[in-house]
Amino acid sequence: MSDTSQGTGGLTFDKTKRSWPSEFNVLLALVIIIVIFEILGQVLPYMKDQSFLFDTRDRFDSIFNEARLKIIILQVAIIGIIALGVSQVIITAGIDLSSGPLVAATAMIAMSFGQTELVNGFANPKAVFGTWAMDLPVVFPIVIALAFGAFIGAINGTFIAHFRIPPFIATLGMFLVCRGIALWWSSGNPISFPTEQYKAIGDGMMPVVWFLSLAVIFHLIMRYTVYGKHTYAIGSNEEAARMSGINVKRHKIMVYMIAAMLAAFAGVVLSAKASTAQAGMGEFYELFAISMAVIGGISLMGGRGSIIGTVLGAMVLGVIRSGFTYIKLDGSYQLMAMGAIIIAAVILDQYRQRIRA
Amino acid sequence: MGDELVLKTIDLTKHYGGVHALEGANFELRKGEHVAIMGDNGAGKSTFVRQITGVEQRTHGTVIFDGKEVAFSSPIQARESGIETVFQTLALADHLDVPDNLFLGREKTRFNWLGPFRLLDYKGMRKDTMAALEKTGVKIPNIHNTIEKMSGGQRQCVAIARTASFSSKLTIMDEPTAALGVQETVQVENIIRQLKEQGESLILVSHNMRQVFDLVDRIVVFRRGKICANLDIKDGSYTAEDVVTYITGAKTGAEY
Repeated sequence: MSDTSQGTGGLTFDKTKRSWPSEFNVLLALVIIIVIFEILGQVLPYMKDQSFLFDTRDRFDSIFNEARLKIIILQVAIIGIIALGVSQVIITAGIDLSSGPLVAATAMIAMSFGQTELVNGFANPKAVFGTWAMDLPVVFPIVIALAFGAFIGAINGTFIAHFRIPPFIATLGMFLVCRGIALWWSSGNPISFPTEQYKAIGDGMMPVVWFLSLAVIFHLIMRYTVYGKHTYAIGSNEEAARMSGINVKRHKIMVYMIAAMLAAFAGVVLSAKASTAQAGMGEFYELFAISMAVIGGISLMGGRGSIIGTVLGAMVLGVIRSGFTYIKLDGSYQLMAMGAIIIAAVILDQYRQRIRA
Repeated sequence: MGDELVLKTIDLTKHYGGVHALEGANFELRKGEHVAIMGDNGAGKSTFVRQITGVEQRTHGTVIFDGKEVAFSSPIQARESGIETVFQTLALADHLDVPDNLFLGREKTRFNWLGPFRLLDYKGMRKDTMAALEKTGVKIPNIHNTIEKMSGGQRQCVAIARTASFSSKLTIMDEPTAALGVQETVQVENIIRQLKEQGESLILVSHNMRQVFDLVDRIVVFRRGKICANLDIKDGSYTAEDVVTYITGAKTGAEY
């Protein structure tokens, strides 16, 4: 970069002078949390010198405890897909509370188009529609799910951008509407017995594959495309974005649509993984998705953060959940501790902004 | 430079309910001319600027820009027609760096068939940013710092460089140095001199008498929503005291 590394009058471009990316802080936190669990495994009297991440009993070929590593990432992968979309919404200084119920509603709708006609030679006892909707190619439920997500996202975005409803209120309303849709779709009955193709979407480590590939795609989009730049610009200074000729309303609607489509896809993956769809699915998912973004360094004030941060935030949440189970902490304590950690992350974020300003 | 008119307003008037903020303003600006607008607080300076740049809609009157009668419905429309404005509240995105801000809303891109997902040409924008900043003589330690890490003066310089780096027919600056220190003010004034050399037309709203006398060809004084004086200061026939008498209303221009 010799052509740009020096300029006149102290005008410079120097890659090495770039500031410490905030993602490193999250990575550091991740390492510290892992170390803490390793130490707890040695120190706690009932743990008998276990290791959190390492393979101490020679069960695996690698030096790591592969089963635990898989569980850590698998249990956050589906919520992680939602978090990729919620991150974009939060970067525009908005919020999306409707994603959890949207997961349930899409799971119900998608699976009703992904059922198999015969179960052990008998008609599917959980059939929603007639035989015309049975054994359809898997693209049908996926396209229907994405279309439904886009529709819900467009409504969210339209209320927020055109009618100036605060994002919190608009998506809180949609939260209830989507949970209602999930219950109404099959009158509260679970939908089961999907086709093999449908099941394959959520089989084994497939949720992780979806999560990581979507993360890479959206990282590239946020970093290298006009869409990404305008998303950051709107969250940073909406007025400036408008004055610069960016169509802020249209862009916001697009962001909410993409977020809802990601949540809808998460619904498909979740129902495929569980081989069933139930109206109560996805409880607290919206809150965990927001937590992943916030822990990953995405500022609720907008304009700051990255998809890499969100992926790391998801890993932090996964490690903490897994770690609590590892030290045999009761589920109720886990929720309390997780709440405390989320609040701590926000406090840290505000502190970071204050020392910068 | 010639005597070609860039901007002409006839009987430009703005009422806010019963408040007559601007009353029958007749204003002319020739190509390459730098004109200062002065006046007390509430004299109608900013109101005048807002009517020209499409931020607000005038009550009545005519605006002729670049030979055509215009009625901008938004600042974006005004910008597209060639009026660049540096507002008192800077229109910069704090979390983005200098090239991002310079090119916000008009990014250089590749693979345009990708629509909203077309790729940003970071290298091209960086090169153009360096060229634009060099042209204006702005000193910024590292253009990849985000705006939030910069001083008020550096921010103002970026905002003005943004204006200056796109060929415009008219530049309007609303008190560009009001919040700046001495050094930073000098830098902004240098940019304005550069614009003069390049033959760009400029309207400068300012309270700073020394600055105005240093920089512009003509002073237009507003008082109580009306233009009360039009003073050509190039030949030195007016002093700062004269201007003050017009601003305070002790005297009114002969033609008004």
